[in-house]
Amino acid sequence: MAAGQELTPTSYIGHHLTNRTVSLGDGPFWTLHLDTFLTAVALGVIGFGLLWWVVRGATAGVPNKRQAFVEMLIEFVDDQVKGIFHGNRAFVGPLALTVFVWVLLMNSMDFIPVDLAAAFSSNVLQQHEWKPVPTSDVNTTFALALSVWLLMLFYNVKVKGIGGWTHELFCTPFGGNPLLWIFNFLFNLVEYISKPLSHSLRLYGNIYAGEIIFLLLWMWAATGLVGSVFGGVLALGWAIFHILIVILQAYIFMMLTAVYMAMAHESH
Amino acid sequence: MNLNVTMIAQAVTFFVFIWFCKTLIWPHLIRALEARQKQIADGLAAGEEGRQSLERAAKDADAAIAQARGRASEIVAQAEKRASQMIEEAKTTAKVEGERLVAGAKAEIEQEVSRAKEMLRTQVATLAVAGAEQILKREVDAKAHADMLAAVQRQL
Repeated sequence: MAAGQELTPTSYIGHHLTNRTVSLGDGPFWTLHLDTFLTAVALGVIGFGLLWWVVRGATAGVPNKRQAFVEMLIEFVDDQVKGIFHGNRAFVGPLALTVFVWVLLMNSMDFIPVDLAAAFSSNVLQQHEWKPVPTSDVNTTFALALSVWLLMLFYNVKVKGIGGWTHELFCTPFGGNPLLWIFNFLFNLVEYISKPLSHSLRLYGNIYAGEIIFLLLWMWAATGLVGSVFGGVLALGWAIFHILIVILQAYIFMMLTAVYMAMAHESH
Repeated sequence: MNLNVTMIAQAVTFFVFIWFCKTLIWPHLIRALEARQKQIADGLAAGEEGRQSLERAAKDADAAIAQARGRASEIVAQAEKRASQMIEEAKTTAKVEGERLVAGAKAEIEQEVSRAKEMLRTQVATLAVAGAEQILKREVDAKAHADMLAAVQRQL
């Protein structure tokens, strides 16, 4: 909290939802959200580093508990992907695992009480206005969704060829009649535009909304004893409910990734 | 909602993590899982194989026992037959031996009888001579009448 600022609900919420920015060049586009980027990288390095550390010593014999946990995670992802994607999972499997683990970790930052996170970032990292939840930054969710989208386009072309994909764009879903080509194309256009939008905004909206509700509750908690009690209890309830949202959103993001990849690989 | 270079940075990070997962995490663990799957499948197959061979062995053992039992009863039957044969033989031998002994005894008895008769004859002749001496009240030349006595003796 910057000194000398009056504490109003607007400033409190605004303060916690402001990203720490670094300008890399001229114009607003070249602004980097340092908090989003570094938190995401750190979470990814920790998460995947842990997975790698466990997997490196993986044995085909009796697994220890650590390995069993990682196996459970990877088998869960593999099973989910297997149900959707029929084919070689050498790429889609790891893709889904990356999405699930990374999004789950980034979403989970929501559980850390915002003022605790702020205290940590301002006192230990010496960084003010450090937003700890990368997935409540629309840049992250769009980056993920657009990456998946680009992979989807890539595999569409790779599997079906330019001709096959073009044919699919104009001849599905209504039929190959030349009169219907334009409708097919418009339909597909809407679908291709809505896919990354819904994919990214669903995650962003859920996490951002969850964070705002937390902020409102913490703000209430700051108003006095009654507010503290009720705010604390409600925040606990919301946090418990939020566990579901965090995991569910990560799961949905992973499943949609698998679905889009499967659609790219299957001809209609 | 302000999209900026963060998005590109995040996308690059995303691809780096995908690459990391694809090369360093996923294949290792999937390989371990598949190896374990194979181990378990092999173990189950070996168990099945063992069960089958056990069944086979039990069948073989049953057959061997049945064969041995048949052979044993055969041997017992043979032995019984042989025993009865031996008993028969012994009976026959004993009978023959007994008959032979009886025959020997009879022959001996006959011999004894003839010897006793011979002795009796001699004694009767002697008695007859003694009687004749008594009757004639005189001395008889035994030598002179020996031929006559021998003739008498032969007639007895």
